[in-house]
Amino acid sequence: MEKTRPSLLPGLAAVGAGAVFAVALLTAEQQWAVGALIAGAALASLAAWRFGLARAIGASVDAHEGVLNAAVIAAVLAVTAWFYEDHFPLLMMATVLLSATTCIGLTVQFGYAGMVNFAGASFYGVGAYTAAVVVKYTAVPHLLAIPLGGLAAAALGSLLILPMLRTKGHYTAVVTIAFAILMKTFLEVNDTLGGPQGMKIRNVTVFGWKPNTALEFGGVELSHYVVYVVAALALLVLAFGLTRRMERSWVGLALDTVRIDETAAACFGHDIARWKIVAFTWGNALAGMAGALYALMVGFIAPNNFTFGDSLILVSIILLGGIGNLWGAMLAAALVVILPEKFQIIQEYRFLLYAGLVMLILLFRPQGLLPRTLRAYVPGRA
Amino acid sequence: MLAPTPLLDVAGLTRRFGGLVALNRVDFDVGTGEVVGLIGPNGSGKTTFFNVVTGIYAADEGRVVFDGRDITSWTPQAVYEAGIVRTFQRSRLCLPLSIFDNVMIGNHKRLNRGLWFNLMRRKAFCDAYEAAREEARVILGTFHPDLARRMDEAVAAFPMIQRRRIEICRALIAHPKLLLLDEPSAGMTHEETRQLMDDILEVRDRVDPSLAIVIIEHEMGVIERITDRCVVLNFGQKIAEGVYREVAGDRQVQEAYLGVE
Repeated sequence: MEKTRPSLLPGLAAVGAGAVFAVALLTAEQQWAVGALIAGAALASLAAWRFGLARAIGASVDAHEGVLNAAVIAAVLAVTAWFYEDHFPLLMMATVLLSATTCIGLTVQFGYAGMVNFAGASFYGVGAYTAAVVVKYTAVPHLLAIPLGGLAAAALGSLLILPMLRTKGHYTAVVTIAFAILMKTFLEVNDTLGGPQGMKIRNVTVFGWKPNTALEFGGVELSHYVVYVVAALALLVLAFGLTRRMERSWVGLALDTVRIDETAAACFGHDIARWKIVAFTWGNALAGMAGALYALMVGFIAPNNFTFGDSLILVSIILLGGIGNLWGAMLAAALVVILPEKFQIIQEYRFLLYAGLVMLILLFRPQGLLPRTLRAYVPGRA
Repeated sequence: MLAPTPLLDVAGLTRRFGGLVALNRVDFDVGTGEVVGLIGPNGSGKTTFFNVVTGIYAADEGRVVFDGRDITSWTPQAVYEAGIVRTFQRSRLCLPLSIFDNVMIGNHKRLNRGLWFNLMRRKAFCDAYEAAREEARVILGTFHPDLARRMDEAVAAFPMIQRRRIEICRALIAHPKLLLLDEPSAGMTHEETRQLMDDILEVRDRVDPSLAIVIIEHEMGVIERITDRCVVLNFGQKIAEGVYREVAGDRQVQEAYLGVE
């Protein structure tokens, strides 16, 4: 039985449409224009879903994964090039990419191993403060701040591992809540780390070059955020690639087993503690690296950037996107970061809106916008 | 003449839950390749026996020797590595995962679980994956051709009898020395149960005739047909042991099941 391979076209069209929409949304200034764009996109997605276009796109993505992954990277770079001198859209793009990286980490914890982490923003903050300390107080090359941020977050997370392994289910989540609150209080009273005023990160230097100054490229002046968008994209690609491989391996299977049934997992030799440590550390390291890059980019961090509320937003991104679906997490990260920034009307009520949104999702589409699919260990060789 | 050392040798096994003595000094042995039935009324301690042997519950007294090693205080993981696998009374498959995934869960000890191997050596992983698929296909195929053909579908889509088969494949793929079956007929018809038992015995004869089986079962027809020997528990105590016919004729056993007249 010869089956024709689904066409590449629907997938490419979806990526292209996404890029055009991103440009339009990031350019729109008037509230009515933003509103119209969002409504239009919602209607278009609904129509695509209703008339089977979504299925064609899905089939296309499954069949041409490599090409379409490259297309997404190209699309992000194209949008970056489009806004080459506009600080604000670029800053927002970088923030989306960094949040997406963090959410990929949370997906490993929550979606795979079943450990809900209500301290995602805290681990992001650990990475950010590590970067600030590296730049301000040490002679360590500043580029190393990123891996060190990941390392610090992973190390601090390992302090939580012991109490977390002793508890089960929701109690595990309570341990992370306690950590989130402790962390913020600690930052507020610690003078070395700037207390509530936070820390400035000045004179970031990478091999003698200062990435936080505008750069010239063939006579054209580029925003310094271009560098950070590219760096954040590189980090996201790395996080996504490795996490994808993890999911599509015996490790991913072991994590799923531990999440779904610990007793059965134990009876088939799974070392529950080991897999939870792997997932928790992995997720925190990604959050920490993203946080470090964020600190280098914005040049100023304070405890208020990493509150329990921010952690809740990260968890809501996972719920919205579809628990365990990496693309879902990235899509939802983009929506949740960009919409309140562009749609000022909702800015003030955003927590209320998120809460409502999460409840609606749990009620009507508990599997999220993009539900997780079955594992394909080696795509194309099923 | 000396009797050969049994594969599983349980002596004086006791387990209490507060004031309740779920297992009361139970002696139990299983020889290599033997099929032993574990029967008794509800709440007589059969599943608790499995749970203590597999390390889910700790024993309060007594010891469990398996294959010459004292495994009494071992973790479930270590017991599995030693070669004892089980199925569960209420099927414990991972419903959202595919059939193949579920079978591979049982294969855990033979899979390379290293992070470096799984993430970085993708070529080697693909080879291991292909080999594992072939093995899963063969074992699923002996139980039902449909299972082998549809092994990339979620388990949730299959009826109870297929789930039982998948669960048994998950246990058998680990090449155990001892298989513990906890009421495999629950939720199935007589005919389905008969077929399932035939499949299990057939796979055993073909793959590893030395595999020993302990089966908890309420369906006495099954017990009579497939077991070499039976052990009867009542209120946590062993009240009879022997071939099914002897045991079924035992007065104490009849009282335990039917009550005293």
